[in-house]
Amino acid sequence: MTRWLPTLLLTLAPAAVADTRSFVDRPDLPAEAVQSGSAFLTAETRALQADDFANPGYLWVERGRELFGSGEKACSSCHQADTLAGAAAHYPQYDAAAGALLNLEARINRCRQSHQALPPLAYEAEELLALTAYVATLSQGQAITVAIGGAAAPYFQQGRAYYFQRRGQLNLACNQCHDDHWGKQLRGDTISQGQPNAWPAYRLEWQTFGSLHRRIRDCDAGVRAEPQASGSEIYTSLELYLAWRARGLSLESPGIRR
Amino acid sequence: MSTTIRIAAPKQASRGEVLELKALIRHPMETGYRRDLYGKQIPENILTRFECLYNGERVFAGELFRAIAADPFLTFYTVALESGTLEFRWVGQDGQRYSESVELEVL
Repeated sequence: MTRWLPTLLLTLAPAAVADTRSFVDRPDLPAEAVQSGSAFLTAETRALQADDFANPGYLWVERGRELFGSGEKACSSCHQADTLAGAAAHYPQYDAAAGALLNLEARINRCRQSHQALPPLAYEAEELLALTAYVATLSQGQAITVAIGGAAAPYFQQGRAYYFQRRGQLNLACNQCHDDHWGKQLRGDTISQGQPNAWPAYRLEWQTFGSLHRRIRDCDAGVRAEPQASGSEIYTSLELYLAWRARGLSLESPGIRR
Repeated sequence: MSTTIRIAAPKQASRGEVLELKALIRHPMETGYRRDLYGKQIPENILTRFECLYNGERVFAGELFRAIAADPFLTFYTVALESGTLEFRWVGQDGQRYSESVELEVL
């Protein structure tokens, strides 16, 4: 029996090697294949997103606009709304003063603490969603382009590693659905590419508005992995990878998603 | 009571014109049947009534129930008769009141 074992192992080896390729060897979604999540929605949902009255996401945008201009030291006392056009399309971004990678939510909270003497808002708080939605909407239609070099590089690698890491009881990595099988059916749903360009978005399943991190938590829970905290460094890094991967897609927030 | 309300109504209309009015309100319309992450029942919280008043006269009303989705969006029609105020009112299950008014000029 012991004489047979090495032969058996050798026979199995090639298949095992192919399956355990390190994430660094795996290809990213090719730029020419990139498609917004809108492409995988029904025509009715797309129409709802496009109608800027019926789209319920605008309830948060409207609230955000009010918050932006209110308070003792309002956001609008430093930022003219039009100077922020395009800004949201370049997040997450490394911030030297903070010494960390910041997404739009984190940037707003940094501003509150360092310039407005206000406490940071909880990640999924209505006010933070509203402000993020408003600022994101100012960049609607702009192409997403993020910097991944320099100080952002380690975050990018970390986010990319998370994307290609198998996890949870189902032992699935993000890429297995969103790179390898997008466009196919997962029960009644068409698998999207997991693009971040509509977020923050109104999700029909939630019957409310939510952040990209909340959406990613649902994906992690879906493969029965422990979801990470919203606003955590790992999710912000993943957001950076996703934003880079969405290269060229235009920002759609407030989107409508299933 | 404060919430976000969006109204789409024409600012001007000619007499006799049919007006399309749209009203959207931020409300969770919680059924009372769902449970949270910890298994605790989420209490029912719904709107029960909607009304639209044109210069104080009711031109449209409806009852709302649990089966209606969050952030109810209503579209309805009325006829422009005279300049005045369109008032949109919602009533919550515990008598909470939400309202928004817009001015209409009839030429």
